[in-house]
Amino acid sequence: MSTPLSRIRNFSIVAHIDHGKSTLADRLIQLTGTVAERDMKAQMLDAMDIERERGITIKANTVRIDYPAQDGHTYILNLIDTPGHVDFAYEVSRSMRAVEGSLLVVDATQGVEAQTLANVYTAIDADHEIVTVLNKIDLPAAEPERIAEQIEDVIGIDASNACLISAKTGVGIPDVLEAIVKRLPPPHSGDPDAPLKAMLVDSWYDPYLGVVVLVRIMDGTLKKGDNIRMMRTGGKYGVDKLGVFRPAMQDVKELGPGEIGFFTGSIKQVRDTKVGDTITHEKRPCETPLPGFKPSIPVVFCGLFPVDAAEFEDLRDSIEKLALNDASFSFEMETSAALGFGFRCGFLGLLHLEVIRDRIEREYNIELITTAPSVIYHIFMKDGSVLELHNPADMPDMSKVDHLEEPRIKATILVPDDYLGDVLKLCQDRRGIQLDLTYVGNRAMVVYDLPLNEVVFDFHDRLKSVTKGYASFDYQMDSYREDNLVKMQILVNDEPVDALSTMVHRDRADMRGRAMCAKLKDLIPRQMFKIPIQAAIGGKVIARETLSALRKDVTAKCYGGDATRKKKLLEKQKAGKKKMRQFGKVEIPQEAFISALKMDE
Amino acid sequence: MRFENLWPGVLTQNNLENWQIGGFGLYVHWPFCEAKCPYCDFNSHVVSHVDQGRWARALADEIRRAGAETSDRVLGSIFFGGGTPSLMTPETVSTVIEAARDCWTFANDIEITLEANPRSVEVQRFEGYARAGVNRVSLGVQALHASDLKRLGRLHDVDEAKTALAVARSVFERVSFDLIYARQNQTLDDWRSELGEALDMAVDHLSLYQLTVEEGTAFWDRARAGGLRGLPGEDLAADMYEVTQDLCSTAGYTAYEVSNHARPGAQSRHNLIYWRYGDWLGIGPGAHGRLGTATQRVATVAWRQPGLWLQHAEAGSGLESRAFLDVSDQAGEYLMMGLRLDEGLDIERLHRLDSTVAGPEAVAELVDLDLVLWDGPVLRTTAKGRLVLNSVVAALLP
Repeated sequence: MSTPLSRIRNFSIVAHIDHGKSTLADRLIQLTGTVAERDMKAQMLDAMDIERERGITIKANTVRIDYPAQDGHTYILNLIDTPGHVDFAYEVSRSMRAVEGSLLVVDATQGVEAQTLANVYTAIDADHEIVTVLNKIDLPAAEPERIAEQIEDVIGIDASNACLISAKTGVGIPDVLEAIVKRLPPPHSGDPDAPLKAMLVDSWYDPYLGVVVLVRIMDGTLKKGDNIRMMRTGGKYGVDKLGVFRPAMQDVKELGPGEIGFFTGSIKQVRDTKVGDTITHEKRPCETPLPGFKPSIPVVFCGLFPVDAAEFEDLRDSIEKLALNDASFSFEMETSAALGFGFRCGFLGLLHLEVIRDRIEREYNIELITTAPSVIYHIFMKDGSVLELHNPADMPDMSKVDHLEEPRIKATILVPDDYLGDVLKLCQDRRGIQLDLTYVGNRAMVVYDLPLNEVVFDFHDRLKSVTKGYASFDYQMDSYREDNLVKMQILVNDEPVDALSTMVHRDRADMRGRAMCAKLKDLIPRQMFKIPIQAAIGGKVIARETLSALRKDVTAKCYGGDATRKKKLLEKQKAGKKKMRQFGKVEIPQEAFISALKMDE
Repeated sequence: MRFENLWPGVLTQNNLENWQIGGFGLYVHWPFCEAKCPYCDFNSHVVSHVDQGRWARALADEIRRAGAETSDRVLGSIFFGGGTPSLMTPETVSTVIEAARDCWTFANDIEITLEANPRSVEVQRFEGYARAGVNRVSLGVQALHASDLKRLGRLHDVDEAKTALAVARSVFERVSFDLIYARQNQTLDDWRSELGEALDMAVDHLSLYQLTVEEGTAFWDRARAGGLRGLPGEDLAADMYEVTQDLCSTAGYTAYEVSNHARPGAQSRHNLIYWRYGDWLGIGPGAHGRLGTATQRVATVAWRQPGLWLQHAEAGSGLESRAFLDVSDQAGEYLMMGLRLDEGLDIERLHRLDSTVAGPEAVAELVDLDLVLWDGPVLRTTAKGRLVLNSVVAALLP
C-alpha cells in the first residue's frame, strides 16, 4: 500500500562547494536514526573517493528518511543529493524535476556564490518551494543577517525565516526537519491506479546488481516482477529488485506516486538508460512521456594517451569500465604521430574531464598525457556541407572552408570589488562580451558572453589566480556563433606536431604562437643539433624560436672500473627516453605537451 | 684447490683477437686515504691503521690466483690506483710487482704507474717506488691556487706540489699530473693562465678533468642543499674545454682522450687498454676486470668494502662476482670507451660483437651533424662530437 502523498516530502539541497551540503545531509540522516550511530561516516552520500576529496557530488544520491514530526505524524522524507556542478546541469535539472522543494544552504560567513545561483535558478524553474538554511552560524565570522539580506537581493527569495544552523555542531537541525514538513509541499498529484509514469532520475553500475536505476513515481504503482519499458530508448526489462535507500538498499514490494526508489532489471550498461527518460508498464503504458528529455551531449574534448605506450590496452580497459557507469562520456580511438595510440574523449565540461582523468590515473594507476581541451566547431564548407570538428588535427583544408562557428557560453562570475578590474581584463582578453554588471554589497556580479574554447583552456585557473581564489564562476552553454578562427600548428624541427595543434582566434594567434614557441624552447632539452620551433597558420609562420644545439655533454672521467657504472647511467638515460616522444629526430619530453598548453600570459 | 678456475670459459690459448688489439694490463686498487676529498666518488676509505704486510700478501695472492689462468699472456702495464696508492710502503708495492713478475712475462716496455699525492711525506718514498719497479707517477695536483686546493679538500699546497713534481721528474722516466677545472667562480681567463702555468711545469702527460658533482660525494650533498654556487654553466664549461684543447695542442700535447693530453708516445698505455677495450685484471677492493675472447668476455667485480675484501681474499677469492657479459653489453662498453679516443674505434670489431650498435643510418646522421667521422674501419668523434659524447653514444646504441 502506497504512502499518502500528504505524508511525503521530496527535496534536494542546493549549495556551493564547502558550504555544508553533505554535512547537513549527514546530520539529517543521523538525527532521524536512519543510520545507526556506529555506521556513520562523514559524507554518507558521497560514495566515491574523488567526490569526498573534492567535496563535490558527481552522481545523484538519494536517501529515504522516516521523520516523526511534531504534529504526531510520521513523514517520509526523500532527499536527492544532486550533482553540484554546471557540467552536470542537465542531470541537475532532472533531479530537480523529481522533487518539489529545495533547501538552499548558504555559508553564513561567505554568502552566495555563482554556483549556488545557477542551481537555485534551476530549482526555481522547477517550481520548487525553497527553505533557506544559513550554515556555520557557530563561526565568529558568521553574519546571518547580512547574508539573508544578500540572498533576498541577489536571488529574490524571502530569506526572513531562514533556519540558522551549524551542521557541524548539530545546532538547528530539528528546525530544518520541521521546516521541510511544514514549508515544503507534498507531491502535487498522483494516481496509484493510473498507468505507470516514472522518471529515470539517475542510473549507475553496480558490480553485483548490474545497472541500478533511480526513479521517481509520478503516476501508477511499480511492483517487483513488473515488465517495464523505457519510453525514449525503447528498452524493455523485468523488475528484479525494487527498493529504497536508507541510504543502504532496502527492498520494498512496491513504489507508489510521489515515492522515490530504485530498481534493477538485468540492464547491462548505463548507456541503455537515459536520465530524464519515462518508465512505464509494457502492457499498460501511459500515453505521453514526461517533458524535457534530452540526451546529454559532450561539449569538451581532449586526447588521453598513456605515458607508457605499453599501457594502451590498460587504458582501453579503464575507459571502457568507466564508460559503463557514465553514459555522458564518449570515447573513440585516436592515433597521434607524437603520442602514439590513445583515445579522443568527450566530456560534459572541464570538471567532468578532470574527474575522469583523475579516476583513470588513480583507480587504474595509468599515467596520462592529456592534450589541449578542445570544443566542437561547426565548419561550414564551401560546398554547403557542415562538419563537426572535435579535434584540431582533423581540420580540413582552409581553402574548402567557407566559415567556422564556435560555441559560446554565458558565464556568471561573482567577485569581490577589489579584483573586479582583473576579472574584466581577463574576460576581455578571452574575447568576452559583457552582458551585465551589478553589485551585491561589496561584491560584483558580472555576466559575460565568452567563447567556450577560451574557457576550456585555463580560464578557471587564471580566474582563481587573479582573484586569489575569491571569485566564483559558473556557466551555461549558449549558442554557436561565427568568428575568425584558424588552426595553429606547431612545428618542431620543421615537422608539425599534431598533438600541439590548437584552434585559435586569428587576432590572438600571434600572441599565442609566440608564447607557445617560447615555452617549448624552455621545455625541450637541448639536443645535438639546433632546432627551430615555429607556430604556423596554413603555410605561414607566425612565430619562431631556435633552440640552440647542446654544447657539452660528456663524462670527464671514464676508466676501467667506470665501464659498468657509466653504462648503467646510459641505460638510465635510455629508460628516461621512454618518457620522451620521438618526433622526427627530436625527442620531446612528455611534460612539454601538458605545460606548453598552460599559458602564464 | 686454491687455484680453481677463476675464468671459466676463457680460452687462454686463443685470446689473440682482444689482447692484440687492446693489450693486457693489471690494475691494483689501494682503497685508503688520509682524508676523503669532497668531489671524490671513488672507493676510498679513511682508517687509522693499515697492516701493510697483510694487505701486501692478500694482493699478491689474488694476483697469483688470476695469473694461474692467464700465464701465457704478456703483461703490458700495471697501474696502482686508489684511494691513495702513495700511502703504500715501497715494500708493499714491491711485493705486488714481484707477484706479477712471477705470473707473467713482462713486456720490454712495461709501464708501471703509481698515483701519488704531491706531499712531502710521500715524495720521500719516490726513490723506493722506483726501486720496486715503478717507472711512471701520476700526481694529484688538482689546482695551482691555494684557495681552490682547500676547497677541493686537498692536504697539500702549491709549493709542495711544485717540489713533488721536481722530485718526480728526477726519479721517474715519465710523469703526469691531474688538474680539476671548471671550479667554483673560475673564469675563462683564470683557467687560461692556470693551464699555461701547468703546461710550463708539465713533463709529458696531463689529465685535465672538468669538475663533476657526483652522487654520493660531499659536493653532491652541498649542491643539493643549495650550496656550491658559481659552477660554470654549459656554455662556459664548453668554452673552457675548447680553450684546454687549444692551449694543450699548441704546447705539443695531443688530446688523445676526452680528458687526457700527452706528448707523442707518452700516452698512458695502461689507460689505453680500457679505452681500446682490451683485457685487464682488477685486483683489490671494488676493482673491476675484463677478460675474454671475441665472443666471450668475463666481467669481474671484487668486494668493495676493504675489510670484507680482505676477509674474502684471505679465504680464497676477493671476487664478489664474475659473469659473462653478453655481446650487446660488450659492444656498448666498447662503443662508450672507444669513442673517447682521438683514434676512434674499429667499427668492424664493434659490429662483430653486435651489428645493431652504431647502425649505418645512425652513424650517417651523426656524420651529417659533423659529430663523428667514418673512415674505412675507423669510427671516431670530431672535436665537437667528443664534447657531446654522451649524446653521441646514446644515439648509436640500439
